[in-house]
Parts: sequence; structure tokens; C-alpha cells
Amino acid sequence: MEMVKLTINGIEIEVPAGTTILKAAEQMGIKIPTLCFLEELSSVGACRMCVVEVKGARALVASCAAAVAPGMDVQTHSPAVMEARKMMLDLLVANHPLDCMTCEKMGDCNLAELCYEYGVKESIFKGDKHHYPIEMSNPFIVRDMNKCILCGRCVRACAEITGQDTIDFIYRGFNSKVAPFYDEELVESNCVYCGQCVSVCPTGALTERQMAGQGRRWEITKVKTTCPFCGTGCNFDLNVKDGKLIGVTSNSSAPVNGRALCIKGRFGWDFVNNENRLTTPLIKKDGKFVETSWEEALDLIAKSLKEIKEKNGPDSFAALSSARCTNEENYLVQKFTRAVMGTNNVDHCART
Amino acid sequence: MTNSINEITTDAQLMMLIGTNTTEAHPIIGYKMRQAKRNGAKLIVVDPRRIDLAEEADYWLRINSGTDIPFLNGLMHIIIKEGLYDKNFVETRCENFEALESTVKNYTPDYVSKLTGISEDDLYAVARLYATTDRAMLFYTLGITEHICGTQNVMSCANLAMLTGHLGRPGTGVNPIRGQNNVQGACDMGALPNVYSGYQPVINTDVRKKFEQAWGVSLPDKVGLMIPQMFDAANNGQVKAMYILGENPVLTDPNSNHIRKGLDKLEFLVVQELFLTETAEYADVILPAASFAETNGTFTSTERRVQRVRKAIEPVPGQGNWQTIMAMSAKMGYPMEYNDPEEIWDEMASLSPSLTGITYERLEEKGIQWPCQSCDHPGTACLHAASFTRGKGLFQGIDHIPPQEVPDEEYPFLLNTGRILQHYNVTTPYSKGIQSMWSEEHSEVNPDDACKLGVENGDMIKVTSRRGSITARAKVTDRVPPGMIWMSFHYAASPTNAITSEGLDPITKTGEYKVAAVKVEKA
Repeated sequence: MEMVKLTINGIEIEVPAGTTILKAAEQMGIKIPTLCFLEELSSVGACRMCVVEVKGARALVASCAAAVAPGMDVQTHSPAVMEARKMMLDLLVANHPLDCMTCEKMGDCNLAELCYEYGVKESIFKGDKHHYPIEMSNPFIVRDMNKCILCGRCVRACAEITGQDTIDFIYRGFNSKVAPFYDEELVESNCVYCGQCVSVCPTGALTERQMAGQGRRWEITKVKTTCPFCGTGCNFDLNVKDGKLIGVTSNSSAPVNGRALCIKGRFGWDFVNNENRLTTPLIKKDGKFVETSWEEALDLIAKSLKEIKEKNGPDSFAALSSARCTNEENYLVQKFTRAVMGTNNVDHCART
Repeated sequence: MTNSINEITTDAQLMMLIGTNTTEAHPIIGYKMRQAKRNGAKLIVVDPRRIDLAEEADYWLRINSGTDIPFLNGLMHIIIKEGLYDKNFVETRCENFEALESTVKNYTPDYVSKLTGISEDDLYAVARLYATTDRAMLFYTLGITEHICGTQNVMSCANLAMLTGHLGRPGTGVNPIRGQNNVQGACDMGALPNVYSGYQPVINTDVRKKFEQAWGVSLPDKVGLMIPQMFDAANNGQVKAMYILGENPVLTDPNSNHIRKGLDKLEFLVVQELFLTETAEYADVILPAASFAETNGTFTSTERRVQRVRKAIEPVPGQGNWQTIMAMSAKMGYPMEYNDPEEIWDEMASLSPSLTGITYERLEEKGIQWPCQSCDHPGTACLHAASFTRGKGLFQGIDHIPPQEVPDEEYPFLLNTGRILQHYNVTTPYSKGIQSMWSEEHSEVNPDDACKLGVENGDMIKVTSRRGSITARAKVTDRVPPGMIWMSFHYAASPTNAITSEGLDPITKTGEYKVAAVKVEKA
């Protein structure tokens, strides 16, 4: 492998050719701020937050997109760089609603974090602001384009991860906007509601509708688990607040799916909270189900199964286990059928 | 799957999809296929429907339903005739080549083209492309297995992969993508009538003795009943009691009237479920179930990856399903002693050689793909690298088996069924967001047929088979070919499986959900 020697903040480092300045700095423990960059997506160098000073270059360089070169002398936090970044943030904030106290993204907003770090409170520029209506026409994704900073992460996620190409930039200049074809709403588009766009959005422009008003990001406990829908084996984080499931978010460390999820995995979890869930055992009496205790239900089951087994033999019993249940539950169902009921009549829906 | 999902984007140079609508049924795998295609891999889609990936494909072969064997034989005919097969792989890794050769000899491109509806040019092009590409992955799902010849369809896929040496290396393989989160695991755990966990046969005396010793009981030595046989036995009075955990056969199994009658005849039925399902209505006792978010445990994915399921909230019914089964067992006089699901896993793993090396601790980060025989074994991403399970790969000469029920004058349409992106068999109707946008069946009808039937997009249609009649809204689209009606099975108001075929694969007892004869009229 061809190696390249360069200097970052006065310290020499050697990295493989083709490495970006951003990645080289990261290896040295130097954190360069980014907004439009995301590991899983192509680099476009759109937001300019990651600019660095390269000696001899005629302008500041976007470190997420620029590859290292032999002998490069890079400064990641020089006064010119800091001023440029602050100016970028100032320009972004000039047209960004500062309703952070009620924003769903508060506590997990990349823009807010950088403004905090670079001391940008209020923009010095007083100009027009967008007044787009907030799109609430689908049950999954809230689109507040007033908060969009045009980083294009969602556009790239839609194209590069899902391959659906639902959204792209439309219009020019101040009117630039991310939207589906013809500036329609998502419900009118070919959107498959995978929510990859939501998972990459660095601001409150795209948020999960199901999680709206359910809790602040720092109040949420995330529990990594495996999706209960198809057999792909995607992992994601269950978001829990006060013992209640309030949403699903991507966990980019997932070995198979990374950040990607589908409509079912990301937005189908709410069956768990459905008010029609069965909560207590039921016994049928005179053709109607009546609530009963676990004790009474289990006594009736044991009595009936014992009687039927004694009268008709073990093979008069059969059990259906479930491809939706865990391995451990399935193991116990077949063990119960074989060891307790004495029959191999156990199957599940693999064949149906 | 013989291979791993991530090989789609890292290794495969070609993907051939037969009977899998991947972007809808397995979206993340479908998205990876689309990424791979856009990054230069070739894509061949074999499907009667114009599925999303057909739009991306280099070749979309609109195959006539139920002609997979002639299609695959036709490819192998060309590959052998042109000497494009992997002679080294065939000689060193396989046996019985002569049987395959003499069978596929009869499947000339001309004959196959007439049966399958695929042009001879496309047969030649696809045969050559698949055979001459170094790393080609073959994928299938229920479009292959849900036929009376499902087993033979699968064997034909294996024949093709063996013939071309597309096995045992990254970016190759025969890759069935499994439909449910833990259908792989339920099989692995021995929730099957013929095997204990790790596919150890119940008729093997040594295996049985091992389990008898571990469980402290004597165990039955004859193979049990498969699902369709259970319902036959319920109908004829041999099975009198059932325990059904987390399944809704009334909605999901073929020929549901037969299922309903069987459940009705049972003396005693226990159903453990999240919701009061169509099946639970027949129960004598219903036990509330805990959902995936309410339990610790593991699921095993289609690529044999065992991964952790973690409890995030307290179980709605007050206890985990494992605790319920333990309590039931104790009442029956056989106490099971587990403090948590991990102890259940450990017992299972200690009895199952292919899973012995897997512990919860090792699953923490990325899970492990079985086989994994010991604690220092890294797991297996790609099966059959050095040899097959039986030693040499056995070619089978397989002839065309037509569907049990084909369209005729009285029932002129072919009914094909499957899943849609937004729904999953039985839980998604309880998701409010999903249900608010996809609340009813939209049966796909070809525009030519719609015109003849006088049906417009959104009209209600009545679909009738020899088993019954249902109504659904029509979606007029060229996704389906003329003569085909396509329906999902997600909606209780349009219970498609009330009219699906009675045909079963005689070996697996899998229903022929993909082909039934129906008539269609405006409702």
C-alpha cells in the first residue's frame, strides 16, 4: 500500500494514499467538525464546516473531500479556519428558526452543538427567513424545511442507501430546498418511508412523528435489539422513556444493516403499545371470553392436557411454536411438547 | 443462506433473483442489491411480476408461474452444451452429474421458451452470463418454495449453483432469504416434528438418549406431525388438544376453512398471543404473550446470524413467555429451572453441536453465524467451503412438475400471492401509522384484463376459487401479466388464504400459495 507523509498541526503522520485529511486527523485524535459529512455516504464538501488551512493552497480546503498529499502542512484549528467556521454557522443560523426549546431535536442537534462550540448565538445577518408550512401529511416523518441547512445528507441517504431517489434539491439560491419531484409532499411521491433521511438529518428538519412530544432526547434510554419483522436480522435501538416504548432509531453499529431500516422496523414498532394487547389470561365460558388469573388459567390447562393425554395418548396433543418468538421460547415449546407431553407433534410456520 | 448478506455489496459480481420481491419482503437486502447493481454488479430478475428490482435489472425474465424447473433445466442445458460449466468443481466436489446431464438434455431452449414464456435469446444470454461470471449469488424466497414442487425447485437451484461452481466462496451461493425474524431460529431450536435443536433427528437413538439424559425423561421415537397434518388430524379427531404460541394459522395458512374446522373440532385449545386473533377466537384458554421488546433472548437471521434480543420494557402480561411455559410445565408435574433466558440458551447450546460455541457474551457486539462448534470458533460466514454436509454435492435429474391447479375455462385467472412492503404477516395491522395508510387489500389486475372485466382502478372485485370467495379493491397495473391476479394476505377483510390452493409440496407440506385458479368479477 502506498503511504503518504504529511503534517497536521505540526505533527508528522503517515497514512495510506487516498485517505482524506479528515480521516488522517481523526487518527491523531483531532476532531474536525462536520455537518454534511457522514461515514456511510459519499463526501460532497457542501457545508464547509470541515475546512482546514493547507499551506500553499489558495483557499481553505474541505477536509472531508480532499485527499492527503505528500508533504502537506495542515492546520485544523488556525484563526482563519475558526473564523471561517464561525461565519458558516452564522450564515446557517441567519435563516434558521431559533425555537430550540421546543424543537424535537434538542439535545441531539449537530447544528446546536457546533453553535455552542463556536459561540454563535444570534446571526449578525438580518435577512429573509423561510416560512414553509410544516409537512405533517404522513404518519411517520415530520418535514420542517425551515430547519433544513441543505447539507444534502438526506438526499444522499435516499439515493445511496435505499436507492429510492425520492428527494433532491430543487429551486436555486435562497429558494433552494430538498423535496420530492415537483415539490410534492412525501405522500404524493414514491417514498417508501424507510426513514433513512430522518436518521441522517443533523437538525430538526426531519424528525420521527411518532416520537413527537414523547420525551427529550436525553431522557431516553436506548436498548439495542434485533428487529421482529423479516429475516434479515437488522439491529436498532428501542427508545424508552419512563418504562414506555416511544420509538425506534438507527444504531449504526448494526452488523448487517448499519443505519438502514425499512418502514416496518423503524415505524411499525407501535403494535407493542396497541390498546388491544391482551393483558390477562382469558377463559371461554358459555362461548364468551372472561378474564381470569394466571393461576386459574394454568390449572385449567394442566388439568385438561393431563386428561386428554391419559385418555387418548400423547399424540393427541400438538403444539405450534412461532417463527416470531425467540430461540429460547421455541426451545422451551419443543421441550414442553417432547418432554412433558411425550410427543414430537411440534412445528411452526416455516412451511406455511 | 449458504452465504452472507454483506457479500452482496462487497463480493458479488452478479445476482440472480428467482421468486423474490426483495425490496418489499426483505427491504434492507433489496436496498443492498440495488446498491450493488448501481456499483456495477449484474442483476437478473426472474419473476412473473414487474417488481421494483425488475426496473433495475440487466435482464428481467417474466417467467410463467410454476415453470421454474424447466427454466433452470433450460439454463443448465445451454451451460452444458456450450461447455461453460465448472468441470473441476463438478468432478471434485459433486457426483451423479450423468443423471443431471441426461435430464437437462431434453430441455432445449425451444421447448423451455414455450413452457416458460422466456425468449430463447434471453435464456442463452442469462445462462452464459451466470455461468461465466466468477462470483454469482443466487437468491430465492417463497416464489420457489411455495409450489407443490418446492423441494424440486430448490434442488434445481442447487444443481445450477453446483454445475457452475458458484458455491463455497464469498459472493456466491444458494441464498434463500427467510421471511420471518426467527424462522431460521425456530427451525434451529427443533420446533420441528423430526429434529431436536441443531437438526439432530428424533429417530436417531444416540441423539434421543442424549436428550433423555439431559431432560430426565423418556422421549418418543417416532417423527411427529407437520402443521397441515396436525389440522388433518384435528379434523379427523386424532389430535384433540393444541397449544399455539404466536401463530395465526386461520389467516396465514392455505385453505383456511379446513383450519377453522379443525380448530373447531379440538376438545381443548390454548392460544398464547399478543392480540385476540382469528385463531385465538377458537381457544378455550388464551394466555397473553410478551412482545419482542419485553424479553431477553436471541433471534437467528436468514444468514444464520444469532443476535441478541434485549428487554427494553416490562412485559405487558406481567411475565415473559419463557416464564409462562415454565409455569405450565411445572403444573404438569415437570418443573423447568431457569433463572433467565440465557440459561435456556446455555442448555440448548450444550446439547447442539452446531451451536455449542455460542454464548450471550460472544453475541454482544455483532452476533455469530452458526455453525460455531467451540468457543474459539469465529462462526461461519460461508458454508460448504471445503465440502458439502453429505460430502459430495449430489446432482439430481429433475423433471417439470406443473402446479396442482391451473386456470381453466371456469376459473380462468391465476392467483398469485405474497407480502407487501408495509405489512408483515400479523403484527403490522396493529401499527396505527401503517394501518392508517395501508388498511385494505389492493389486488393487482392487469389493464387488459381490467378492460375486459369492466373493472377500473379502485373498484371492488370478487375473486372466487373452488374453495370460496372474497372481495377486494382492484389496483390496475402492469406489474402483473395478463391472466394473473396478485393479492397479499395481510387483511382480515380480504382473507386471501380462504381461496388459495389445497396443493401441498408432499415433502415439506408447504402450501402452493403461488398458483391457484380463480375467476374474477366486478363486485
